[in-house]
Amino acid sequence: MAMEFPVIAKLLEGRFPEAVKGAVTDKGDPWIEAAADSVPEVLEFLKEEEGLKFDLLLMVTGVDRPDAEGGGSIEVVYHLLSTTEGHELVLKAVLPRENPVCPSAVPIYPAALWHERETFDLLGVEFTGHPDLRRILCPEDWVGHPLRKDYEYPEEYGGISAK
Amino acid sequence: MSAMEGMEKIDPGGTEAVADVRTQEMFINMGPQHPSTHGVLRVLLTADGEVISSAKPYVGYIHRCAEKIGETLTLEQFTPYTDRYDYLSAMNNNLGYCMAVEKLCGIEAPERAQYIRVIVAELNRIASHLVAFGTYGLDLGAFTPFCYAFRDREWILSLFERLCGARLTYNYVCIGGVRHDLPEGFLEGTRNFCDHMEKTWKEYDTLLSRNAIFVRRTAGIGVVSAEEARAWGFTGPCLRGSGVAYDVRRARPYLVYDKLDFDIPVGRGEAGVQGDCWDRYYVRMLEILESIKIVRQCLDVLPGGDVKAKVSKALKAPEKEVYLGVENPRGELGHYIVGGGGKNAYRMRIRGPSFANLTILGKLLEGAMIADAVAIIGSLDIVLGEVDR
Repeated sequence: MAMEFPVIAKLLEGRFPEAVKGAVTDKGDPWIEAAADSVPEVLEFLKEEEGLKFDLLLMVTGVDRPDAEGGGSIEVVYHLLSTTEGHELVLKAVLPRENPVCPSAVPIYPAALWHERETFDLLGVEFTGHPDLRRILCPEDWVGHPLRKDYEYPEEYGGISAK
Repeated sequence: MSAMEGMEKIDPGGTEAVADVRTQEMFINMGPQHPSTHGVLRVLLTADGEVISSAKPYVGYIHRCAEKIGETLTLEQFTPYTDRYDYLSAMNNNLGYCMAVEKLCGIEAPERAQYIRVIVAELNRIASHLVAFGTYGLDLGAFTPFCYAFRDREWILSLFERLCGARLTYNYVCIGGVRHDLPEGFLEGTRNFCDHMEKTWKEYDTLLSRNAIFVRRTAGIGVVSAEEARAWGFTGPCLRGSGVAYDVRRARPYLVYDKLDFDIPVGRGEAGVQGDCWDRYYVRMLEILESIKIVRQCLDVLPGGDVKAKVSKALKAPEKEVYLGVENPRGELGHYIVGGGGKNAYRMRIRGPSFANLTILGKLLEGAMIADAVAIIGSLDIVLGEVDR
């Protein structure tokens, strides 16, 4: 039975009163914000708990917000799905832009393996505990993270002009 | 005096010779230019004899920064770029993107447009599965199915060419509906194609699906259990091949799919073990029949009216964020669009099903035979344009 978002939000807030920082429902698809260091346990709960059973991690991605208060932030966004119950959920962790570090979701969802590498590659988020955190789409010697809002295009790459 | 005298003693097959044989592990570089990797995929295999002890996939060779482009162009301008990630199912990409934008901006396509969208999306699914069928046979040494598959695919491409002038990158589905109404003779042509495809499908099935060599090469190879499939983020025919009956068209219906009658084929381990290469292959084959069924129903009830809703020329992305997934031939294509109030998207994330389905490759190849690597990669049916975006 598919659960509605407010029910899931309440369940999470009850279970993790410290880690869950609240639900946002007035900006398109609703999401739940959780403290970065608690992401693995929240994900574990979402995956295992009877009635929730979010068994499929659709993607992990990031959004750069340099203008957010407190020196800017990078949001890490998890899109989850339950193939048995039929509900979806968006979970977010907001990291400081200066030092974006987040525990890896790979031990819970191996599907995060490449998504986290991509988020590291394009946005520069470091996932601690990731077994193989390297660039994935850009070449290994690429400089910078292209999806950061202040990214500067290189003058040249490998002797080829990039202008 | 013997002839052997004075010559060095040779010990063929003796202990000395055996000690000379080197038994170290071997590195094999498969790709990035390799016909069976379906594009520029490189896999570094470590092989112990014929058995792969570890495999490391490398992607990104045709990374074109689609997401960055999505942030720098207006919402309308980005549509033709969506054609280019999974170039074997461009209609479905157009559709996924346009519907995500419509969700973000609160636009609804007219009913006729919704039916037309389903027709073109399903035709494109058949075309894409025909490529999967043909090239998979080709990977495993069967050339004939490939020629037949491309003959029938040509029929669909000709229909699309009449519809929008392009054969691969259509840019036909647009924000608010479809670019223009169906050309004369399109409905009849589609109906004829459905009749033809249904007949030839049976021939294809006999030609490849039950072919003894093909079954030997695919049954019981590259087995992914239902649990593994979910954990590794499989969607589409790969997930259903493992026996999970999850289809976005049914689970989170969009357009008019909830009014249409179709089945969701799943792998049952008929030829070997549930979730093997053969199951993934056969789910695609059965989906061709389901798509024909869907197209026919749409042709029967296609309503009249407009094909495009009124959309502002200066369409702005409100400060909201939405995710919308559609069922592409390869799995769930998701667009996560964050609006920032301007004409552009603030952030555009594309969840390509090929990227997610390929994540498991390293693990799947471990312990497999080198010859099976080709069968396993082919069974995932990836398009590298979408993996790399």
